[in-house]
Amino acid sequence: MPTKPAGTLYRGREGMWSWVGHRITGVVIFFFLLVHVLDTSLVRVSPEAYTAVIGAYKNPLMALGETGLVAAIVFHAFNGLRIIAVDFWKKGAKYQRQMLWTVLALWVVVMVGFSIRHLSLALGGH
Amino acid sequence: MTATIDSPRSGKNSSGKISPQYRRTGASRGNFEMFAWLFMRLSGVVLVVLIFGHLFVNLLVGEGIHAIDFGFVAGKWADPFWQIWDLAMLWLAMLHGTNGVRTIINDYAEKDSTRLWLKIVLYAATTVIIVLGTLVIFTFNPCPVVDGVPLPGGFCPA
Repeated sequence: MPTKPAGTLYRGREGMWSWVGHRITGVVIFFFLLVHVLDTSLVRVSPEAYTAVIGAYKNPLMALGETGLVAAIVFHAFNGLRIIAVDFWKKGAKYQRQMLWTVLALWVVVMVGFSIRHLSLALGGH
Repeated sequence: MTATIDSPRSGKNSSGKISPQYRRTGASRGNFEMFAWLFMRLSGVVLVVLIFGHLFVNLLVGEGIHAIDFGFVAGKWADPFWQIWDLAMLWLAMLHGTNGVRTIINDYAEKDSTRLWLKIVLYAATTVIIVLGTLVIFTFNPCPVVDGVPLPGGFCPA
């Protein structure tokens, strides 16, 4: 193990990769948000226009996309709370690694629950 | 002849303050970056509640995504509670996301002109989406009459 930081700002491990994950999920969520406000705005055009576009969210492929989007949101939410703890809690920086693994464990639990419920509703016979 | 250069913090220049060339912060930025940093944390906590609630009510309750249609949205926005909920979510999420993308632009776009143009596009998109979303929430009619026939909805006057 090297005792000095490597000659780069990107030092790897939990700290850097959680930061990378936070950026990527943030950008994904932001672009979905732009589209989501536009599609919802169609309620102001006509009921038919809205129902037609929202129908696109109800096919099986989109169900997987929605699950991926929610996975990004849940990670960004939990890791965001971890960042707040790192910034404001006295021992936050010391325990940032343990907090990331807690974030990931909670993320798995929430996503297993969400996926079972959402996919059985979205893909199940209706 | 010997020139004497005062210490930057000696207060011996005309204004009595630190000379501009020795100031570490930019001319007029003020505390903007500190407020932006604080806003990300405060809005983040509120957004966790708003968005988790939004996902739970729209995707996990009852028939889930199959229940979402015009009537579903109309039923929610006939209630001021959901109007305020969605309005807060729209503004906070857009400002939080815009500030995040602004940070990313500042990090990766090295040319001044590239940064400028990316931010112009970003702020234009943000303005359009916030104004559009706000107008839709407040000018929306949950009980439209289509071809002379009112759409059914328990929240509409008979």
